[in-house]
Amino acid sequence: MTMSPFTRVLLGLCCLLVALWLVAPTLVVVPMSFNENKSLAFPPKGFTLDWYANFFSNPEWSSSLFNSLKVASLVAVAATVLGTLAAFGLDRMKSASAGWLRMILLTPMIVPGVVLGIGIYAVYLDTHLVGTLFGFVVAHTMLAIPFVLIAVSASLEVFDKRLELAAASLGAGRWTTFRTVTMPLIAPGILSGFLFAFVTSFDEIIVSLFITSPYLKTLPVQIYSSITRDADPTVAAVGTILFLATTLLIGLGLVLFGRERRT
Amino acid sequence: MATAVPTLGRGAAIGIRSVSKHYGGFAALSDVSLHIEPGEFMTFLGPSGSGKTTTLNLIAGFTDISGGHLDVGGKSVVGVPAHKRNIGVVFQHYALFPHMTVGGNVAYPLSLRRVPAAERTERVKRALEMVKMTDFAHRYPSELSGGQQQRVALARAIVFDPPLLLMDEPLGALDKKLREWLQLEIKRIHRELGTTFVYVTHDQEEALVLSDRIAVFNGGRVEQIGTGRQLYDEPATLFVGRFIGDSTVLRGAARSDGTGTALTIAGETVVTDKRLSGGGVPVMLIRPEKLRLQRRSATGAGDGLNRLAGRISEVIYLGSGSKYEVELADGSTAIVRSPLGDESFAIGDPVDLLFSPADAKLLADDRSADTTLT
Ligand SMILES: Nc1ncnc2c1ncn2[C@@H]1O[C@H](COP(=O)(O)OP(=O)(O)OP(=O)(O)O)[C@@H](O)[C@H]1O
Ligand SMILES: [Mg+2]
Repeated sequence: MTMSPFTRVLLGLCCLLVALWLVAPTLVVVPMSFNENKSLAFPPKGFTLDWYANFFSNPEWSSSLFNSLKVASLVAVAATVLGTLAAFGLDRMKSASAGWLRMILLTPMIVPGVVLGIGIYAVYLDTHLVGTLFGFVVAHTMLAIPFVLIAVSASLEVFDKRLELAAASLGAGRWTTFRTVTMPLIAPGILSGFLFAFVTSFDEIIVSLFITSPYLKTLPVQIYSSITRDADPTVAAVGTILFLATTLLIGLGLVLFGRERRT
Repeated sequence: MATAVPTLGRGAAIGIRSVSKHYGGFAALSDVSLHIEPGEFMTFLGPSGSGKTTTLNLIAGFTDISGGHLDVGGKSVVGVPAHKRNIGVVFQHYALFPHMTVGGNVAYPLSLRRVPAAERTERVKRALEMVKMTDFAHRYPSELSGGQQQRVALARAIVFDPPLLLMDEPLGALDKKLREWLQLEIKRIHRELGTTFVYVTHDQEEALVLSDRIAVFNGGRVEQIGTGRQLYDEPATLFVGRFIGDSTVLRGAARSDGTGTALTIAGETVVTDKRLSGGGVPVMLIRPEKLRLQRRSATGAGDGLNRLAGRISEVIYLGSGSKYEVELADGSTAIVRSPLGDESFAIGDPVDLLFSPADAKLLADDRSADTTLT
């Protein structure tokens, strides 16, 4: 089927508009971070790197970045291990209850963040976990597991289980088979699960607002409290840095994934 | 091949006694017994769903038996996990590890056995030489053709010197020319290794080319075990007779007495000197080279030969002779092979079908043989 030139132009225009709409918030944040005035005005005036300097020199900002990195790293590791084990177990379960178990494991993705936040806050108050590293890691891991589960399950779906029989016939026990055959072949799924888990924790705000304390703030919480207190363009600088970092991270993931697929 | 040292007699014997396998209420195998000699080339032959793969999987340890005894190399392997059985397996779908090179695949079982690196390299090289894949050691499986992948899979399955090699339709996905060539390769490798081979196929020609003995499976049972010649000349059941080679089956009103059995088919009567020992309705099975054709004549056959009237319905030129299909008066089809130089016939010619009473095999009728064959 061929398109008339008019349809083609119309289609292109629509795509352009939607694309513009999707990247607009990002395009607003980047110029604002170079604003000379201490306000979040758009369009910005002048050019300065002060806000970037502030981000790295102000301990409030740097410690929250450090907290976020710490929490996200721990969450990525924990969620990847637990989510991979869950995906593997569910994949091998013969009983019909596997479907239900999978649903239960995916609920943190469906339940509204506010509801989860209230529930977690109530429990954390009693158990004195509010504002603790452990509390953050546990809460974020719960939110991140579904992403790992989905990514690893997708890999297992296309994994040829007959390779495991071949490995067994060649003398490999179950653990050796997993280590040398299954895991390398589902590595792209595990890796993308890891990245998703990291990002999920790193930019999580709703639950974090409930369980934060003045002594332990993650970066999103810091951004939020800063912007509600005063219109500090440092927020825009942080946003720009985060935008670049995530783009690099995801790009790296895609490259790794592509290399894995080619062999 | 100069490098291969013949090490005959290293194969393991296999004893399968009264083995059954159930999937829920369904019996995939019932009461299967067969003994495989050390170093023997045994083929499991049978139609789809007859239990060949199931039996192979039980020997390999991929599934557990539901009942009976299973010995490999004189020791019971019931309850022994697959990775401790030291049995080589070649799969129809190759099952090469896609993330390892050809060399890596073949070295895999040796690494698991902690074979020192130098010896490992040497043995991988030898195994790849045996299947003529030395030049491909650094390629990945995705860069190989089906036939090449299967040769690598074979090298991987023999590199650790298992006393038993199982192959489940290893050539099933390959074209005919390649299949015939690889059959000869497999036969050569079997001769050089002296390992016991168990081979699954539903192609009877392949079974005849390769095997020392063939076990014919049907409906989760073993119908008969024997050499290709025994199965062809002395089929124990109608199913075996029809599955191995071409055959003509004659059905009719039967009458037995002390001297033999007579069958009346659409008004004509044929006789044989045999009688059915067990129960059942007797039918005659005749091999195509035992049948002779001649132009329809009013005179009798003479020489004590049986005679049936028919009409040529198909002529197949074979090079070394011709194969005819003859439609008989009762609507059934006879298959006749006549050597080069014999009188030739055209479709529609009325003919007489002649055969000696001694050449007819008498078997119990089994209508299931008709359905499972097609
Ligand atoms: N995991 C299973 N669960 C239930 N039934 C099974 C299972 N595996 C095999 N069967 C059944 O057991 C019977 C024998 O199967 P098997 O795979 O041994 O046949 P086969 O002789 O190898 O046939 P083919 O030539 O088609 O490979 C079949 O009817 C099949 O449906
Ligand atoms: Mg099979």
